Amino acid sequence: MSVVTLRELKPGQTAVVVKVTTGGELGRRLRDMGLVPGTPLKVIGRAPLKDPVEIKLRGYNLTLRNNEADHIMVEVEQAS
Amino acid sequence: MSRSHIAVAQASNPSHGQVTVALAGNPNAGKTSLFNALTGARQHVGNYPGVTVDKKEGEARLDGQPINVVDLPGTYSLTAYSLEEVVARNFVIGQRPDVVVDVVDASNLERNLYLAVQLMELGVPLVIGLNMVDVAEQRGMKIDTAKLSELLGVPVVPTVARTGQGVQELLRVAVELARQKPDWRPLDISYGADLDQAIAELAGILEGSTPRHGLIAARWLALKCLEGDHEVLESMRQDQNLTSRLEPVRQRVGEHLKSTLDDDPESVIADYRYGFISAITRQALVLEREVRMDFSDKVDRVLTNRLIGPLFLLGVLYGVYQFVFWASRAPVAWFETFFGWLGGAVEAALPEGLLRSLLVSGVIDGVGGVLGFVPLIMFMFLAIAVMEDSGYMARMAYLMDRVLRVFGLHGNSVISLIVGGGISGGCAVPAVMATRTLKDPQARLATILVVPFMNCGAKLPVYSLLISAFFAHRQADVMFALTIISWTLALLAARLLRSSLLKGRQSPFVMELPPYRTPTLKGLLIHTWERTWEYVKRAGTILLAVSLVVWALMSFPGLSEQDEARFASLAAQAQGEESQKEIANQKASAELGGTVAGRLGRALTVVTDPLGFDWRTNVALVGGLAAKEVIVSTMGTAYSLGQAAKKGVDAEPLAKRLQDSPGWTPLSAFALLVFVMIYSPCIATLVTIRRETGTWRWPLFSMVHNTLIAYLMALLVYQGGRALGLG
Repeated sequence: MSVVTLRELKPGQTAVVVKVTTGGELGRRLRDMGLVPGTPLKVIGRAPLKDPVEIKLRGYNLTLRNNEADHIMVEVEQAS
Repeated sequence: MSRSHIAVAQASNPSHGQVTVALAGNPNAGKTSLFNALTGARQHVGNYPGVTVDKKEGEARLDGQPINVVDLPGTYSLTAYSLEEVVARNFVIGQRPDVVVDVVDASNLERNLYLAVQLMELGVPLVIGLNMVDVAEQRGMKIDTAKLSELLGVPVVPTVARTGQGVQELLRVAVELARQKPDWRPLDISYGADLDQAIAELAGILEGSTPRHGLIAARWLALKCLEGDHEVLESMRQDQNLTSRLEPVRQRVGEHLKSTLDDDPESVIADYRYGFISAITRQALVLEREVRMDFSDKVDRVLTNRLIGPLFLLGVLYGVYQFVFWASRAPVAWFETFFGWLGGAVEAALPEGLLRSLLVSGVIDGVGGVLGFVPLIMFMFLAIAVMEDSGYMARMAYLMDRVLRVFGLHGNSVISLIVGGGISGGCAVPAVMATRTLKDPQARLATILVVPFMNCGAKLPVYSLLISAFFAHRQADVMFALTIISWTLALLAARLLRSSLLKGRQSPFVMELPPYRTPTLKGLLIHTWERTWEYVKRAGTILLAVSLVVWALMSFPGLSEQDEARFASLAAQAQGEESQKEIANQKASAELGGTVAGRLGRALTVVTDPLGFDWRTNVALVGGLAAKEVIVSTMGTAYSLGQAAKKGVDAEPLAKRLQDSPGWTPLSAFALLVFVMIYSPCIATLVTIRRETGTWRWPLFSMVHNTLIAYLMALLVYQGGRALGLG
């Protein structure tokens, strides 16, 4: 069990949010979309140029840029 | 929206007995479908004061009684970060609708309840429309509606808005609640001991000191203070005394949370809210079977695939483009024929003179110019609505974001660039309107400003004229070069704008990728109609006025009496129809040369000489401000070819004439091509930019900025080419 940023996850991997390390507009937006500690998520895929990333959480799909994913610390659950 | 509405929240809803229902909900939760199902065609679109957020209102009927329905902007939350959120919140607080219906996507319950909980914290009378229960069932979810209602303490009505199922029942429950005129009863959630205590303390201070916040629960304001809500804090700051008592509490609890939890109040509050929601969904939601990968995910695997994704995207864009032009060809021709016929009829009915010229060249051509676009715009909006409603639009942004971000644009900018003529053909007007899907205001402005660089349909007649005259053997090459040039310039200009005038960090991209859905015909028709009508209404009036101004510039003053007499005697001497026509054409050319526009054209040669443009070209470019296709017809007049070239079909004699004119070379033609591509957007586009940005500053900027770039580029082409010995 290791804590990494969301950017480092590979498609197919699942993880649980540990912490969101940013405030302000981005922090609030991430929270509004349900990215709070304890939320399980799964990486669905990445856009052709490896950025942005698509994840599934709380039963829906969300996309965010890698530099935004950097602020989301997750605990990896299992390898794909 | 600098002044908060919170301070004036006493102004209660001036209901005249008619119930007002406000629809709130997440984007993609089916709020629009519900609104359409409730109101049918009885709806209209307006604007919230001072902002470009659409305000949709409509009338529903319950037992024959009219019910006023307001469709609030779709939001994920009620914080004051986005314009939509501010508008939705201020409407609820300021206008106090009798009841709010929160449209909740049943298949996505947790995140949707986040907004519901915030509405409950505000205390507004609330009914939950649990929408898309069919989709939830397909995904193996079973929701105990009664339990959910009991736990939340608000009525919950299951619906499928797309089919209309449960919609009347939802309306009935909402109206019944509204008629009881319940007090606002804010929901108290525990946010943990530290925050609860701070909230109580802040609420105590607020309660004692501010009668003007009367209708809003002090607890809610206290909560917003701790969340660092800009709008609320701003309204507090107007009271120095109050602020000085609130600040210490805010600071204390902030520092305390930092040291104990290494977190800020804002995120702790969000955690507790989601905790509250999880506790409820655990009891009311049963996952009967796990659907590991639903239909939408399977489609996405293909459509966002590294290789297939971009190819499919290109295919879609090309398809849209082909469809729009194929479908609008016939109606556009009908409009053209009609206005041609009308112009002819008026021409026949009236004697030659100013009135006839005003009606035919000013009014009919002007109105025809606006309406002629309508079928094109309508089909473009239809295509956009299909992409939006099906969920593909979000995927386009996802696929393109990385590339466009380099230039300070947003994934969604690609739609506008294509609609504006990215593959050649298209129109900047719907393209500018399509930027509304862009949530980042700076990126949106940058997109609006570079869209006019694209090769819209009205520029094509000019291209085909010049290409057929000077590049007859390399048509495809030149067209391709022009497309490349327009994209390169648009992207570079965007980059430049984003690092100068439109500087500022990029706002978050964080975006939902909604499940793929089949759009409903009703939804598509309503979307398309709304936007098309808006174009006709807004552009039509101003465009007519400006067309008249351009007409006047190109009509006054007429020929001197001397010249009139000269042409009259020439005409009297001339033999045969051919030479009569020739003289009439020469007269028209002389007339144009004498007008304000003609004089302007001559005066401008000082500046345009280095580009290789003569006065005739200049007049045509001035006329092109009204609409780019006017360039060809004006050149026709200026080169004494009469109105023959007007319709663009008969450009051959003009091409021939240009070839034979001594001033024209392939190089000067290419400089003109580049200039026409880039210089000031047409009036219709400028008016649309004004409408979308809310100020005349940006259309004016766009005029000057684009013309300057056009000048520099044409200068580079012409002088550079000459230096290389190409001229």
